[in-house]
Amino acid sequence: MVSARDEILGRIRAVDRPAPSPVSRDYERTRHAGDPVELLAERITDYQATVYRTAARELPYRIAERLDGRGRIVVPPDVPREWCVPEVPWLADAPPLTVAELDSADGVLSGCAIAIAETGTIVLDAGRGQGRRALTLVPDHHLCIVHADQIVVSVPEAIERLDPTAPLTFISGPSATSDIELDRVEGVHGPRTLEVLLVT
Amino acid sequence: MGRNPVTWLGSPTFPDAARDALGDTQLRGNLRKATTTIRGKRESAVAELGDWEELRRAGESVKDDVLANLDTYLERLEAAVTDRGGVVHWARDAEEANRIVLDLVQAEDTDEVVKVKSMATAEIGLNEALADGGVNAIETDLAEVIVQLGDDRPSHILVPAIHRNRAEIKEIFAQMPEPPTSDDPHALAEAARKYLRRKFLSAKVAISGANFGVADTGSIVVVESEGNGRMCLTLPETLITVMGVEKVLPRWQDLEVFLQLLPRSSTAERMNPYTSTWSGVTPGDGPQKFHLVLLDNGRTSTLADEVGRQALRCIRCSACLNVCPVYERTGGQAYGSVYPGPIGAILAPQLAGDLHDEQAASLPYASSLCGACYEVCPVRINIPEVLTHLRAEVVEAKGKRTPEAMAMSAAAWVFGDRRRYEAAQKAGSLTRFLARDGTLSSLPWPGSKWTDTRDAPVVPKESFRAWWRRNRG
Repeated sequence: MVSARDEILGRIRAVDRPAPSPVSRDYERTRHAGDPVELLAERITDYQATVYRTAARELPYRIAERLDGRGRIVVPPDVPREWCVPEVPWLADAPPLTVAELDSADGVLSGCAIAIAETGTIVLDAGRGQGRRALTLVPDHHLCIVHADQIVVSVPEAIERLDPTAPLTFISGPSATSDIELDRVEGVHGPRTLEVLLVT
Repeated sequence: MGRNPVTWLGSPTFPDAARDALGDTQLRGNLRKATTTIRGKRESAVAELGDWEELRRAGESVKDDVLANLDTYLERLEAAVTDRGGVVHWARDAEEANRIVLDLVQAEDTDEVVKVKSMATAEIGLNEALADGGVNAIETDLAEVIVQLGDDRPSHILVPAIHRNRAEIKEIFAQMPEPPTSDDPHALAEAARKYLRRKFLSAKVAISGANFGVADTGSIVVVESEGNGRMCLTLPETLITVMGVEKVLPRWQDLEVFLQLLPRSSTAERMNPYTSTWSGVTPGDGPQKFHLVLLDNGRTSTLADEVGRQALRCIRCSACLNVCPVYERTGGQAYGSVYPGPIGAILAPQLAGDLHDEQAASLPYASSLCGACYEVCPVRINIPEVLTHLRAEVVEAKGKRTPEAMAMSAAAWVFGDRRRYEAAQKAGSLTRFLARDGTLSSLPWPGSKWTDTRDAPVVPKESFRAWWRRNRG
């Protein structure tokens, strides 16, 4: 008996297919943006997320300001040590937290891989300071740190810089839906509050 | 091989279903509101990009490359996914795909799965097949929840419950353990969140579709909004993805085109809230078992049709539905398929593969050929061209005895010879004397088949060929 695989591939090969033609790539690879940091902040804010700008030396203070009093905050085990300010009760993911523990936490702090200014998107690649995907998904509040040198302007620039074998999550604002009368409302299953600290 | 479930068994033909739908004023009101909103937003989202036309051409050419080399890219995808710890399955049709998925679920010793919204699994009737096998499939996309709890059918590709307004949704959600407190969209979203949270946190198996599968890297891409996709793709131990074979993309770089085209065309956003990509299995992060089911179900036979195969470029954005004057008035259920609207009118009959089926054969006529769908399509599918092509095939399938077929073969005979054609034109010019107000409102049989319901344009006094002969010197 012919396997499904061989039969499907056979059907494709039996077809008189169009001759291959070159792929057209006349679109823009980069885009002009006066100030990419400003553009990113503006576009993230458009999605009902909140953006705070800060200088690098003030970052620990800003983290404390955002998270103090919010409850227990999940943190990937490899974030820079100065992020873990003493005011906050941290839940480090080492050993790995259970789903129930993540669900009972009050928020999560993470870094990111890159950010795309034009679309207001943050991309996580499970690399340094980001942890496995569940950490930034289950808690209802996500505070994300973005450094100016992680910002690209266009989507093509972002795709070029990302590692396709890593599990990637592109985040553009808090969880939302357009399913009721095709109008966007924020807050469904992912974190309902997204805050971004932009370090310049 | 059984019947292809892409069209719903027992559905009336499009004209009959449309007549009923047009009588439903609530439905028409809901649709007009939703499609008007999204049309305006899409226009501004697209206008922001100065290179939109170049992106459309890129999208078209990448997808044409896929169709030209589909076997190569599928084998490459299979190898990449396998290398990264995934298992690849192939399914010739709906029945085979459903059996593969049911076996995989049962092997995990569970009778409940969570699902990310997926057109491919809706097309093959997976939920019903799982239910027959004793497995409860829980839809997690808000619109799919509305359809599932309302015991309803989808009416839109992106927003299957677009025919329901907020008040109706509140009624449907009243059966939840914690029903919504009002019909405010935030309250409705909150109710869905509570309803599904336990399910997400405890599910052992998730089932998804795929927006794209990258051959080079084995990356599967799911584009979504609510986070239900992330929940399903991250928390369960086992993930099963059902992907139509035409969803493969050759290179990672190709995503830079589609991640611009898709969100702006579908929800009219610069970017949708969440996009997830993964390649096989990542130790310690997400599902540790990953199965990819590659689905044919009529796609390879569609590929064989020189004109019709451009429908396989479709990225399921729904822009063509939102601009279609016919869709806006009849709604999606009148099309009798999970693929409604202009794209459904060319995709469903081709996947079904049986133009002797009256219902499938009625779909290519569900259009006024206004061309708005072609203008907005992010991968430049010439939908009107495929519609007229399929109409010709429907006529041919009907046989040679219908008035339409007789007229067509008479026309072919006339057009096939210059003398006959010119003689016919001279005869035609006489009909001008029969016309009132510049139109022909009644013709003798078999022409009456046409003029019973519309006017025929008059034939000009002088044919173009005669004019050309007279003027070219």
